[in-house]
Amino acid sequence: MQVYVCVKHVPDTAARISLIGEKSFEDKVAIKFVVNPFDEYAVEEALKIVANEGGEVVIVSVGKEAAVASIRSALAMGAHRGIHIKTDQQFLDSAIVSQALKLAIEQDGQPDLIFTGKQSVDSEGLQTQYRLAVAMKMPVVSGVVNLNIEAGKAIAERDVGGGAREVLEMQMPCIIGATKGLNDPRFPKLPDIMKAKKKEVKQIDLSSLGIDQPAATVELLKLETVAPRSKAKMLNGSVQEIAENFIRIMKEEEKVLEDNK
Amino acid sequence: MTKIGVLIEIEDGKVKPSCFGMITAAKDENSDVYALVFDNNGESYRDSLAKYGVRKIIELSADGVDINTSPDTQTSMIAAAVESFQMDGILGVNTVVSCDILARLAALLKQPLVLDCVEINIPEKTVKKSQFSGKTLATFKIGSDMLICTLRPNIVDAEETPVECEVLPFQAEIEDKPLTRVIEVKKDAGSTKDLADATIVITGGRPMGSAENFEILQQCADAMGNAAVGASRASVDAGYAPHSMQIGQTGKIVSPKLYIGCGISGSVQHYAGMKTSKVILAINTDKDAPIFEKCDYGIIGDLFEVVPALTKALKK
Repeated sequence: MQVYVCVKHVPDTAARISLIGEKSFEDKVAIKFVVNPFDEYAVEEALKIVANEGGEVVIVSVGKEAAVASIRSALAMGAHRGIHIKTDQQFLDSAIVSQALKLAIEQDGQPDLIFTGKQSVDSEGLQTQYRLAVAMKMPVVSGVVNLNIEAGKAIAERDVGGGAREVLEMQMPCIIGATKGLNDPRFPKLPDIMKAKKKEVKQIDLSSLGIDQPAATVELLKLETVAPRSKAKMLNGSVQEIAENFIRIMKEEEKVLEDNK
Repeated sequence: MTKIGVLIEIEDGKVKPSCFGMITAAKDENSDVYALVFDNNGESYRDSLAKYGVRKIIELSADGVDINTSPDTQTSMIAAAVESFQMDGILGVNTVVSCDILARLAALLKQPLVLDCVEINIPEKTVKKSQFSGKTLATFKIGSDMLICTLRPNIVDAEETPVECEVLPFQAEIEDKPLTRVIEVKKDAGSTKDLADATIVITGGRPMGSAENFEILQQCADAMGNAAVGASRASVDAGYAPHSMQIGQTGKIVSPKLYIGCGISGSVQHYAGMKTSKVILAINTDKDAPIFEKCDYGIIGDLFEVVPALTKALKK
């Protein structure tokens, strides 16, 4: 089984984001980058499948020089080798990223399965897996919380809200967008981290792939930081007074509660 | 006239309330709103959709094919309707189902896509969305004639602007060879109300202590009306609630009119999942809980006393 996992090198969700000008953020100093959390579920699932079925897990990442650190993290989890598609751009349109992933994967081998995370936690575009699927003419299901592989088919489950869970069937090769609930990603041990340093990471320049400039893209006009809400107005009194006061404020002042008798 | 299609989601035979705010967002003096439905019950949705300014209800169907067994087929149907009616854009509410279909559509049509917008300006073709777990707000210009996006639920208040509305059946020839097929729909133990859609969300953190204790939140939710119960990552990881109830970066993003966090400390990741709520109340025994620094109302107290008191006050 030849399995590719697309991972993104992203700022930790707890990191403070400082902006430089109107279209970029500080990514060189004092900011911790990690493997996109959703991609860890993707890596773990790929490793589990290959452990059962045999084969190889290849990590593919489009990103700046530093993204190789996230590829190494995935290799430390147990993936076999990596492909780093290098760019200087901080933000790339998903139409470009999906083409880059397609071309790099096709150059490398014939996938039986391709994993991504459900979304990245930085740009939160939620669409690269779909564009990759159309480009590669493969089925895709995203937000997958349970996956079974049997007889050339993938059976994937996703939560669709209201406590409902859809079970979808696809022919392989196919693309799976992983999310929390799929598995518990392993923590690499020190020897694994050391071993990962020696694993192969192929370097490709994004510009060498011959990507077509998409006809229509989304242009970032401005990035701004969101001012946090101010401190809470504390409600005091007995529990009963507080409760009645709060309900009154919500109904009469904030108007977010309707009489519901 | 700009023609904007809106994806309508149905719950218990009715249009989901969050669709109305999206219709308001889709509409201005220069746009006509077309509602796309995946069944033949357009007539029964007419009154509610006309009230918010929908001009046409388009019932999508394909001869001899159940279009609802595959998101690929649904996508092909929308693509056919977009072409046939020469629509300039398609909007959906930011739910799992609509995000999925519109992502497929944008990929298929090779068009730009912005999901989970908090603001949509149709004439300018600009949208705003939060990034970096709600820490930044990005403004994008859609560089295409076609606008495809989803709007975070409850972020735009629905405005009544009644118009005449007609129901049009629309059939397209679709090859029934979808790449993905829904073979079963299961119900899990989670909250039955769609969290993303609820106008009020009440969430329990680790101090809930057990799955059974979530019942007091459900009772309070029931007393409030269109309310759903959520959970923090800590309470999901402790096994008190299923992951489908998790609010936050790795769970659901909600934007209700009222958000009540019970025993929630207010981590960045949790905050990312609810920070665009209109009013946030935090209930916590710890007066130094970080959430009190960034919410609207705070109650220092035991959720097991405060929540039942709220339920009682609501019933008064």
